Amino acid sequence: MAVEGETLARLKERFGEETFRETGIVRDRLVKIAIDRKDLFAVCKFLKEELNVEHLTCVTAVDWRDRFESVYHLTSWSRNFMVQINAQIPHDDPHIDSLVPLWNGASVHEREAYDLMGIVYDGHPKLERILLPKDYGFHPLRKEFPQEVDRQYVSRRKIGGGG
Amino acid sequence: MSGHLIDLYGWSGALASFVLWLLSLPFELLNWIALQTGAQKPGPLVGFIDWLAGPDLTALVALIVAITIVLLWATAFHLLIIMWIERKMYSRLQDRRGIMIGLGSVEILRNTIGRIPILGAPFRRPSHLGTGFLQTVADGVKLFQKEVITPEKADKWMFHTAPVIIAASTLLLFVAIPWSDGFWLMGSIENGRPVNPLGILFILAAFSIAPLGILIAGWASNNKYTLIGGMRAAAQLMSYEIPMLLCIIALVVFAGTLDPFELVRKQTAPFSLGPVQISFLPNWYVFNPFLWIAFVVVFVTVIAEAERIPFDIPEAEAELVEGWTTEYSGMRFGIVFGFKWLRALAGAALISILFLGGWSGPVFATFMVPNMAAAGQMYPVPILPQEFWFTLRIYLIFVVFVWIGWSVPRVRIDQILNIGWKRLVPLSLLSILLAALARGAWWS
Amino acid sequence: MAEMWINMGPQHPMTHGLWNLRIKVDGETIVDAEPEIGYLHRGYEKIMEVREFQKNVVLTDRLCYVSSITWSHCYCLACEELMDIEAPPRGQYLRVITNELQRIASHLMWLAAYGPDLGLLTALLWALRERELFLDLLQLITGARMNQNFPRIGGVRNDMPSDFGKYCRKIIAHFRKKLEEHEALFEQSKIFQMRTIGVGKISRQEAVDFGVTGPNLRATGANLDLRKLDPYDAYPDLNFEPIVAYEGDSYARYKVRMEEMKLSCDLIEQALDRIPDGPYRVKPPRRAEGEAFRRTEDSRGEALFYVIGDGDDRPYRVKIRSPVFSNIFAAPIMMRGNKLADVVAIMGSIDVCVGEMDK
Repeated sequence: MAVEGETLARLKERFGEETFRETGIVRDRLVKIAIDRKDLFAVCKFLKEELNVEHLTCVTAVDWRDRFESVYHLTSWSRNFMVQINAQIPHDDPHIDSLVPLWNGASVHEREAYDLMGIVYDGHPKLERILLPKDYGFHPLRKEFPQEVDRQYVSRRKIGGGG
Repeated sequence: MSGHLIDLYGWSGALASFVLWLLSLPFELLNWIALQTGAQKPGPLVGFIDWLAGPDLTALVALIVAITIVLLWATAFHLLIIMWIERKMYSRLQDRRGIMIGLGSVEILRNTIGRIPILGAPFRRPSHLGTGFLQTVADGVKLFQKEVITPEKADKWMFHTAPVIIAASTLLLFVAIPWSDGFWLMGSIENGRPVNPLGILFILAAFSIAPLGILIAGWASNNKYTLIGGMRAAAQLMSYEIPMLLCIIALVVFAGTLDPFELVRKQTAPFSLGPVQISFLPNWYVFNPFLWIAFVVVFVTVIAEAERIPFDIPEAEAELVEGWTTEYSGMRFGIVFGFKWLRALAGAALISILFLGGWSGPVFATFMVPNMAAAGQMYPVPILPQEFWFTLRIYLIFVVFVWIGWSVPRVRIDQILNIGWKRLVPLSLLSILLAALARGAWWS
Repeated sequence: MAEMWINMGPQHPMTHGLWNLRIKVDGETIVDAEPEIGYLHRGYEKIMEVREFQKNVVLTDRLCYVSSITWSHCYCLACEELMDIEAPPRGQYLRVITNELQRIASHLMWLAAYGPDLGLLTALLWALRERELFLDLLQLITGARMNQNFPRIGGVRNDMPSDFGKYCRKIIAHFRKKLEEHEALFEQSKIFQMRTIGVGKISRQEAVDFGVTGPNLRATGANLDLRKLDPYDAYPDLNFEPIVAYEGDSYARYKVRMEEMKLSCDLIEQALDRIPDGPYRVKPPRRAEGEAFRRTEDSRGEALFYVIGDGDDRPYRVKIRSPVFSNIFAAPIMMRGNKLADVVAIMGSIDVCVGEMDK
């Protein structure tokens, strides 16, 4: 059995089927799971300690208008596979556990997600704005933050009614 | 045989007596008018005229003229040339042409002299094909135009004093550095030969004043970068001054004199070391195996003295922006920056005098030049006089400085302290030992 | 002795861009350091949400001003994954060739910046002289020197000229000789060794923990090259071994990059030997739905684009993972205990590009 299937099997064995909203093998050496925010830290701790996932590639915050999603791309260098974790966060309470205790590299990515999307990572040692000024009042990557123009320019095909 | 072209005191004495004679002419005229109108003889102004054109005032004015000549010779002539040499030289090391602004870039020259059929050819060249010499002049003019800014929180008195200390101590060097047997400011003539018994000591003392100015500048600017730069200058001073002095002690032990003229005279003869006589080799101390280590150490420490890469850590521009010069602007920056080159020049002159035979050079043919100091006498001057050989030597040493400086990275502060204390000091002690051995050997 | 904070930046010769490194020094010794970034934040991720998929290539080109093709390439790969298409073989080989040319140009820019950091301005001019040749090659194939706008979703913009291989081989042969001169200038200099060996050490464990990738990670002994681990485009067809050094100090990072330039030369020659005929581009669909990401070995580390489409012709969300963004925050680990002058020797060896870091 390839490493992806083994990973999925061990995750399901440890946490049970009901923890995962969605599981799947997207492509070679890439496992995708969707979980709720309360399970995040436990799953990641298991991945790191039992399945040799050493590297946190990046943390992405996505605004789905009705909910937030914090997407984690994790890499295991030694066994060469990736795990993508989509953790759901309610829109009115944007809090999720920080992964800094597991990977120090998570710190900057979580700070960036907090800065641009406004998701609070509980337990982060220094959750400050990183790209925008300290006194900036908005989280610009949220969908309700107005973009200057909706579409920067309209293609010719659109005008011709083609698109 | 004297081989110098410039007889500084003779020239300046002649110039001073000529100027004073010109100044006294109106009073002579007044005196003559007074005599014609019936004044008693001697005329009423004779005493004043005698004082004005007399030997005392002439000697004083001659001294002032001589000092002015030496300082202009160093700052206005050599400084521009070595800046040009450095910029052209490192440009060639970096595979590019470097500064190219020349006479052809000056519009007015191109349109006037450049129109003369044959003579004007150098002025007709396009502006990007010049020699680049005018670039240094243009930079100087630009620095003069810039505003001199004093930081608000700076210690103003110290901030303004530091460039003066640095500039004055650098100019003091040139007071003591002789350029030939006749082109010298500090010294006296004994038995028809110039002597300056403590000249080398004076040069070394003047050399070590400048880091004090750097420390003051770094502290007074009230900036963290300048402070670190100033502290580095002080720390660095300790590590390179001591081996330098020790090595010069070795040389003094061997040569038995601190007199630059005497050192050069000793090096002018053919090479002789005890039983070894080599006729085609000059007796430069650099060829002396007992002083070779001292030469290397002095060369390294002079580079540090002049704050050139790899030892330019007080103004390491990568981490300290510009180090202790960060807060200076305008011509004040120009002074502290330009006088760094002058210290390199003085260091090259020191190396030349100590180890490379000073101004001695081959004599191909001579011609006679009237002696300004004594009317009616002539003295022989080689086609290429001593000043030429000395300048050539200084420039070549400076080119080696540039060559080293632009092909190695900069060392770190703790590393220069290590180099100074753990390598150079033992080496210089060893060279003292060698010099003492040579001095006490059976042949001397 | 009293400790004090020094701001190195935002305007400072060390920064190579616009960011601020606050360091706490005790005399000359560094006690602590803290990068402050964001001075060049342009809101790329937000702008890309209102531009069509294909038109975002213009933006990703400008993510890093010395390595634009690799970034556009990564974005195109992610979009191809999202749209479920694949570039034709010739297009893949052209991507590999331009990628490696860009990698050499980027590493040469790093070398050019590392010289003046250590006080060796000559290295700047020499490295830029060599870089000019590779920019000429890129100009020959893409028409531009800096922002090439060359990769496309589904391939590349245009084919290469017929005599490109000839010029490319000639320049690579010339460059291999010149690289020896650069090595003589750098690593054969005792002072360079004194300045870099043992300076800015980071262990492999710490590097992985802090998310350090790319040459900086390979300098700690980790044989991790995404061209090998997670191969994309034509890289599986090419024979190469990732460059690894073991010391984890500035000298090892320097060494890895120098060797990587040679490796890139090999890869270009192999790709030129094997490039097949055929189309170089397929037409991508205008709209896409779903989520996809691809990561590539950028010249500075692991670059990742995570693209979400909601069925429109514009991405719903684009996430850019910049390697420098993670690497630079591992710098305090490398710096503690070193001297003030080592800041430049360490930061220079990390190879910072502010454009991609601040997005």
